[in-house]
Amino acid sequence: MKMAVRNYLVFLRRCVRIAFVGDWRYYAWMGALTFFCLLGLNAYAKQLAHGLVVTGMSDEVSWGVYIANFTFLVGVAAAAVMMVIPVYIYNNEELHDLVIFGELLAVAAILMCLAFVTVDLGRPDRFWHLIPGIGQFNFPASMLSWDVVVLNGYLLLNVHICGYLLYCRYQNRKPAKWFYIPFVFVAIGWAVSIHTVTAFLYVGLGGRPFWNSSIVGPRFLASAFTAGPALIILALQIIRRVTDYRITDRALLTLRGIVQVSMLINVFLLINEVFKEFYSGNLHVASSRYLYLGLHGYHALVPWIWTAIIFNVVAMVLLVLPVSRSLRWLNVTCVLCIVGIWIEKGMGLVVPGFIPTPLGEIIEYRPSLNETLVCFGIWAFGLLSYTVFLRMSVPILQGRLSKASESGDRGAGEGPTELRPAFKP
Amino acid sequence: MSDPNGNSTGTADSRAMNRRSFLRTSAVLTTGMAALAASLAPLMELDDFTSAERFMQKYYKELTPGEMARVLKRIEGEVERQYGIRPHVRDLKPMDGVEFVYALNLTRCIGCRKCVHACVAENNQSRNPEIQYIRVLKMPHGSIDVEKAQHNYAPESVPEKGFFYMPVQCQQCKNPPCVKVCPVHATWQESDGITVIDYDWCIGCRYCAAACPYWARHFNFTKPTIPKDKVNPDMAYLGNRPRRQGVMEKCHFCIQRTRAGRYPACLEVCPTGARKFGNILDPNSEVSYILRTKRVFIQLKEELGTSPRFFYYFDV
Repeated sequence: MKMAVRNYLVFLRRCVRIAFVGDWRYYAWMGALTFFCLLGLNAYAKQLAHGLVVTGMSDEVSWGVYIANFTFLVGVAAAAVMMVIPVYIYNNEELHDLVIFGELLAVAAILMCLAFVTVDLGRPDRFWHLIPGIGQFNFPASMLSWDVVVLNGYLLLNVHICGYLLYCRYQNRKPAKWFYIPFVFVAIGWAVSIHTVTAFLYVGLGGRPFWNSSIVGPRFLASAFTAGPALIILALQIIRRVTDYRITDRALLTLRGIVQVSMLINVFLLINEVFKEFYSGNLHVASSRYLYLGLHGYHALVPWIWTAIIFNVVAMVLLVLPVSRSLRWLNVTCVLCIVGIWIEKGMGLVVPGFIPTPLGEIIEYRPSLNETLVCFGIWAFGLLSYTVFLRMSVPILQGRLSKASESGDRGAGEGPTELRPAFKP
Repeated sequence: MSDPNGNSTGTADSRAMNRRSFLRTSAVLTTGMAALAASLAPLMELDDFTSAERFMQKYYKELTPGEMARVLKRIEGEVERQYGIRPHVRDLKPMDGVEFVYALNLTRCIGCRKCVHACVAENNQSRNPEIQYIRVLKMPHGSIDVEKAQHNYAPESVPEKGFFYMPVQCQQCKNPPCVKVCPVHATWQESDGITVIDYDWCIGCRYCAAACPYWARHFNFTKPTIPKDKVNPDMAYLGNRPRRQGVMEKCHFCIQRTRAGRYPACLEVCPTGARKFGNILDPNSEVSYILRTKRVFIQLKEELGTSPRFFYYFDV
């Protein structure tokens, strides 16, 4: 037992150590991300001191770009399931060795989600009121308390699955099926639940007709399963470029198939929503009118949403055409999907829900500079986390960082000579 | 678990290595700490840092009478230090056999907004930025569609021809969406029908503001400011005691008055008698009479099923 703990600590120590080792590109990338993290931290410190008044939010539009990013990233986290299902249910060979990168992306995305909700709180010092047992947790009535449960649960599940598999690979040991397969299957259902619960957060509000629509949940899932795998395609290509980890074109094209179907469903659901809102012409259309056409001379979101729609439709056409089988076009398509869905799901969903207010007033929202810097900081923190996860997991999966190589760990030249080959010169 | 550089072989070479890597590490560490400190510097402007006592304060419903007495003392001290006036803060409980209801006569309201300002003065709202619990809507005759309302009307005199006026404040719903969504039970409905907020328990997520169909909940986006001579010293824990940055607040039917047998401030100031308030469980109360005899009255957005305790009615 003592030995096991010791071994595990050595493993952790070596993982941490390797995160600080790399070539100049790695240092430049991490340095830049650290810089943005600190910039964001600085902006957040200002917000803590002066309150949420430093954001663009108001009583009229009381949630903004923080919750928008949160909503988008829950989708990204949920999308890891789109790699897990092919591998664990359909035994897809191509994706088998890549699924862990999807799960690690989910971990990074959830960390960002938690950061985004934390910065949105007016009293972060009272976070402990949320902890069941010592606080007052309004479960199951409040959808926000459900979100706390499912997000943290999903984080734990993925940390367990990734951590266990990596540690086994490190020890060159076959993982015990009973110790991770059940968790994988729980995580599949759980992934759907995190995004559904996040959708219910909005759907459950009867006083906000823009959100109070049963199509929001399905649209959340469709858009998540578009943007998430698109992001994974880009991430895998970067991994393939900066390391010599083997990632086949066929694996990327499998993911393309997923993005393709999801985007078709997403656009179909969009058409359903727009038709229902505008054709019936009842009074509840005000928010949609504001979003798509502008209302009484206010139209801050109109250029954004049309950009999103154009991006989504162009991406859909590209995905259906064989041209996106070429990786260059696939990359363009993925970027279009991600940006389009980020706009539509973030600002395009959160902000119009508040405009006009329940009393019919129109006050527009624009994120402030400080708020934007906080967002950049959190995105940088997420990318930093994901880079660190990859920096640890790639050499482990390749067998370069293993228990067998522990003895070689002792000399002064540990990292660079041993590990730099992981990064192609 | 020895340090990789710790197994020194004793050669001059490796000692030089050690020194160099030590210097490099400390340089990186120092720069890092300096950058971190610099980025956290704005926290120095945080003048209202939470005290351990306030940080650990228990939930309203879990405070024993003894603890509550201590908390009230502490709050009185805090208010005195901040505003230079000794307040009287009470924890007023709901009365048995009482359920408060508000009735507002739309035929009489002239849109003068006296209620708005009396409310601000009574309830110690922040003056800069000013938080108001009541919003008076100027509506064209013939419709109660709030999207046709004007919020910022400022004519020479009111009322104006062709319009009626509809003040909207917390509707004290029987089925309040704000209470349902709060993740920490910081807001709840009391037995006399008033939905209250524990300002010391709210985490400031603003989910209740998103849920409220009446735009009744208002958030302290920054530190509230009240001029010292404007502080109302008659305070209630769940009512008008001064709030802090980052928490929600709203109309509570002037708990500090109504639970002590007085009328709400908005009612007292109304020059036309458009506002009526009382106990619906008492068949002889004014509100019981109104709801019994008026042929039409309106619960705003009745279709949402929130079942407001705030009724709009007409003289005809």
